Amino acid sequence: MSKPGNTIDHTRTVPPATDEFVKGLWRDNPVFVQVLGMCPVLAVSNTAINALAMGLATTFVMLMSNILVSLLRNFIPKQVRIASYILIIATFVTITDYAIQAISVELHKSLGAFIALIVVNCLILSRAEAFASKNNLGRSILDALGMGVGFTFALFCLGAVRELLGNGSLFGAAVFPAGFQPWIVMILPAGGFFTLALWLLIFNAAKAKTATP
Amino acid sequence: MSTIAQPTTEARSGKMLRAMVGIGILCGLLIVLTYEGTAPIIKKNQAEALEQAIFKVIPGTKQTRSFQWMEGEGFTVVDAESATTDELVYGGYDAAGKLIGMAIPAQQQGYADVIRILYGYDPAGQTVIGFYVLESKETPGLGDKIEKDEDFLAQFEALPVPLNEEATAVANALQPVNSGKKTQPWQIDCISGATISSRAVGNAISESTARWAPLIQQYRNDFTIE
Repeated sequence: MSKPGNTIDHTRTVPPATDEFVKGLWRDNPVFVQVLGMCPVLAVSNTAINALAMGLATTFVMLMSNILVSLLRNFIPKQVRIASYILIIATFVTITDYAIQAISVELHKSLGAFIALIVVNCLILSRAEAFASKNNLGRSILDALGMGVGFTFALFCLGAVRELLGNGSLFGAAVFPAGFQPWIVMILPAGGFFTLALWLLIFNAAKAKTATP
Repeated sequence: MSTIAQPTTEARSGKMLRAMVGIGILCGLLIVLTYEGTAPIIKKNQAEALEQAIFKVIPGTKQTRSFQWMEGEGFTVVDAESATTDELVYGGYDAAGKLIGMAIPAQQQGYADVIRILYGYDPAGQTVIGFYVLESKETPGLGDKIEKDEDFLAQFEALPVPLNEEATAVANALQPVNSGKKTQPWQIDCISGATISSRAVGNAISESTARWAPLIQQYRNDFTIE
């Protein structure tokens, strides 16, 4: 532990704490860069409001599971870590389900089918495994918040485009004139893939542009 | 490597067991606490949602009563909490206590899960006067059109379900048909792109009216209140 080499390594690999939050927004965006959690991204992004609600619910679950995983990181043996993480994530998904029912029956009616899907979001598991299990509480919270906001933003990008083209509306309010013929395919699963491909294209083009001087 | 004492297999298993059981208990506790904390609120919310749904499906309602159906005895007024069966129907009355319509719960397997609805029935006019989806997990953007499609909903605003001459059964059971194929007054046009979901709603109301409409007619005096 007292070897000088170790200390230098340590300081070099630890970025400033604010970076843990910022990285999830753009540089390591969970959807556009890591391409993680595609199941809810494609399934729930058919309207803007569904996308936002799903993003917020996922952020909450990710935050709570990161907190618990980080606190318990020295207690969980590595052989059973995945089972432990899934148990923790499933618990918070159940809690979210109850909480949404208690907040509003209407909200639960429109989201009910998707809440359970959060368990299988590999983004949450990946943050628990790759980050929270190796970092302290403060950094894990920042990481979860950053990734959550980045995920919500990406979902919203998809949801807004799909609702606009597939339904001619945004947040349920009609945007296009009455003569507009909705592109039904955009609401269907295929539309999710089209829109995701489009956003990835734009995102990568923007990145390539900033990378080349 | 050989000089460092490795933990025995039992010790490692014990640690794993302790971690899993510990986390299991912690998670179980969290869920139970949340459930206990939210259950009364959720029940209250659902009761309120049902109450509001009754007002929605029977326009002009000022007060409501719950009725329990007992074979051979007819309908009796009950509190929603003290009902001994699940077979409840709700009466909607105007301010003077005159029966305007009945609100009847019905359900049918949809595309994703069971769709639970509440529909309004006017016994005097023998007409379905609207429905409201209480619970549905149908695909957003497709199956959930059963709540939003204006043409579909309009069909239920005044859908005649006449009884036969003896008032023992409905003259023609309602029949959902594919979109645009409606030729008879008792047929219901389904929604193209949401055929399974809209058919489920049609069948739920069809089966439910076939059962309840004659009974409500037969026992109509049970619904008189002061």
